[in-house]
Amino acid sequence: MALCLLCPVPELNWRTHVLTASMTDLTFHDYQTEDFYDETFAANGTPRHGSELLVNAINNLPASELRARQEAISKALLKMGITFTVYGDESGTEKIFPFDIIPRIVQAYEWQHIEAGLKQRIKALNLFLDDIYHDQNIVNDGILPREILLKAKSFRPQCVGINPPRGIWCHITGTDLIRHNDGAIYVLEDNLRCPSGVSYVLQNRMVMKRSFPNIFADSRVRPVIDYPAHLFATLAHLAADDSPDPTIVVLTPGIYNSAYYEHSFLAQQMGVPLVEGQDLVVHDDFVYMRTTEGFQKVDVIYRRIDDDFMDPKAFRRDSMLGVPGLMQAYRRGRVALANAPGTGVADDKVIYAYVPDMIRYYLNEEPVLPNVKTYVCEREDDRRYVLEHLGELVVKAANEAGGYGMLIGPHSTSEEQAKFAELIKADPRNYIAQPTLALSRVPTMVGDHFEGRHVDLRPYILYGRTPWVLPGGLTRVALKKGSLVVNSSQGGGSKDTWVIAQAGIAPEDPKETN
Amino acid sequence: MLSRVANSIYWMSRNVERAEHMARFMEVTLNFILDQPDSDVEQWGPLVRATGDEEYFATHYGEFTSGNVLQFLTFDRDYHSSIDSAIRYARENARTVREAISSEAWEQLNEFYHFVRDAASDSSGMPDATFYQDIVKFSFEFNGTVDATMTRDTGWHFGNVGRMLERADKTSRILDVKYFTLLRNVGDVNTTYDDLLWSSVLRSASGFEMFRKRYHSLTVERIVEFLILDHRFPRAVRYSVQQARSSLSEVAGPVPDEQNEALLRTDRLLDRLDSLQALTIINSGVHEFVDWLQTSLNEIGDAIQQTYMAARPFPAAVLPSPSQTQMQSQ
Repeated sequence: MALCLLCPVPELNWRTHVLTASMTDLTFHDYQTEDFYDETFAANGTPRHGSELLVNAINNLPASELRARQEAISKALLKMGITFTVYGDESGTEKIFPFDIIPRIVQAYEWQHIEAGLKQRIKALNLFLDDIYHDQNIVNDGILPREILLKAKSFRPQCVGINPPRGIWCHITGTDLIRHNDGAIYVLEDNLRCPSGVSYVLQNRMVMKRSFPNIFADSRVRPVIDYPAHLFATLAHLAADDSPDPTIVVLTPGIYNSAYYEHSFLAQQMGVPLVEGQDLVVHDDFVYMRTTEGFQKVDVIYRRIDDDFMDPKAFRRDSMLGVPGLMQAYRRGRVALANAPGTGVADDKVIYAYVPDMIRYYLNEEPVLPNVKTYVCEREDDRRYVLEHLGELVVKAANEAGGYGMLIGPHSTSEEQAKFAELIKADPRNYIAQPTLALSRVPTMVGDHFEGRHVDLRPYILYGRTPWVLPGGLTRVALKKGSLVVNSSQGGGSKDTWVIAQAGIAPEDPKETN
Repeated sequence: MLSRVANSIYWMSRNVERAEHMARFMEVTLNFILDQPDSDVEQWGPLVRATGDEEYFATHYGEFTSGNVLQFLTFDRDYHSSIDSAIRYARENARTVREAISSEAWEQLNEFYHFVRDAASDSSGMPDATFYQDIVKFSFEFNGTVDATMTRDTGWHFGNVGRMLERADKTSRILDVKYFTLLRNVGDVNTTYDDLLWSSVLRSASGFEMFRKRYHSLTVERIVEFLILDHRFPRAVRYSVQQARSSLSEVAGPVPDEQNEALLRTDRLLDRLDSLQALTIINSGVHEFVDWLQTSLNEIGDAIQQTYMAARPFPAAVLPSPSQTQMQSQ
């Protein structure tokens, strides 16, 4: 999984004394929210609205029972093979992505806000992509500086002038959200390329339903099980009108990709073939797959392979994973690709800073969900501020992911700060900075008691006829005390995300489903 | 079905079947030795010889001790046909086609894999007969799960072809190795032997009781007849090849049947088996016959790979997509 490295805060050692030895009964009686925003409890220690049932149920469950259920879940995940391989481990050790049984609960009214914000954002981003690969009005009108667009590494000249089927570029998006101490939800990253993790959302839900059927039923949690059906409809929507029963496939880089499990899971759940580059061949600008009966035409490809590796004729020549000629077939409208090539430009961290402006520019609306405050080093004022405050800020390179090219101010040495000061001065376009954030927390089982652990949230948005947001998402949790790194390779785990249904707040506008 | 997927399902099934037969070899040998404590070396050597990989064994192990042979055939990760390797390959194959097999089948195979891995990392000595019985049971469960949960579509049929060809191969090897150790010095093929000797041959193929129902008393001729030529015993060579043939009939190929090498070769083998009698096989040499049989089975395997799975240049035969078919019929 391409997981991001979130900004850590300094270890708060002076607080550890509050964790007394009495916490051995796996209840919330001694749970401390400390100075963080807690998703389950208000600052005064009472459960937030919607969490009462869960809190009561856990408090009344024998500790041994809860522990047994947590163990049963881990075993079930191993049995189902929901694992990732530890690279470089000769013995083939596979680990499960750790799962914590205390769910993150999202209130109906809050979800309504998130959903509206995500739909708005994805509409604006889609208009932005279509604009920059055609007339570039946003640049011509002076909203986005031209040099910022031209220097975006993930801007694909190969995509200029392309009209993707139905005018949609970003069909599947997994946006990373965080909640800060001020209680507000912010967008941290957009992830318009191949966002992963949705399979964990579905599997986490499955094991939670098995483990806590009663709490689950009473809490009125909105279902996530129909994601594959929505995904299928989103993909089928891309097929040409004269293909009422299109051949849809999922394209994977292969079994050694860390998200391979998800690729096969989604293909299986949709009932479509999972193909590798070697299974496809382009002939006369049509795409075919090699079957036991001969060659069969393919209409829609949900590709989980980056632009760079998709087609050695159009992108990286050394790619062994791709399909030669795929881009030309796409350009001629003979195959649909989701997501469209070229969407990665919106993942550039400098472009990200302009998304609120895009929303105003294209939709004439104010953003529902704010960005994290972002200093763009290309701007002189911002740069000066960043250079003066390197010790407090998190500095990120524009086109890196997974925590590379990053300075975490409060954790850095003066040498590292000096090095980044030079890097920023040498190539200001490539750097942004953000304040160090205190992510919200959710109670998490730690040995024989509960402690708060920091979380983020990745909801998934599908753009078919209209944008649709899966009511749930991947809550990633930093299992290490004080850590804000939710990355699975660095002690991160996940939790089920419960979006609560509420009468009066329509779970879904039927017109908007695809 | 994607050629690559068909290939993976085929090898998934072959490898599970392979692990099962390895376990049968060892379980039966371990039990046999319990009754014949002095014959240790004599029993283990032929097992290695039956693999055809004596050279590898000689280089890496040397002597035919029970410890060496059990390690070699059970846990040697570098040896391609050890139980550990076979199950690892089977699971790797399954992982590449998880979307094409049932979740139940995948979960069962995954459990099988972890069972073998746990045993491999258990340092408390070599496993006993119970372990090998468990392996056989896991294989039964896998086959049962596959059969009970999967549609009889192209995927299932290619899995069945792999399973049946591997079974035919391994049953013939059982006969070969046991004939070598037990039966070849017997002058008169109609002599009745004591239960211990001949029952081990049949037990290796789970055929002891079934044989008894059919024949009651044992002769070499009947054993050969039963394991090679029987039409109804599910582990007999004739039966297994027939099953593979039936599955091949159910999948559409890229060429007309009369040009399909996989079908032609399978039919040729079945015709040959039908023309044979057990006594003919014994008189012309069981070992020679088994050699010939394995060559025939390998040729069928190669033809299947070439016909259905190998990458071919475009265009061989372009199928209209379902939508095009619909368009044309409008």
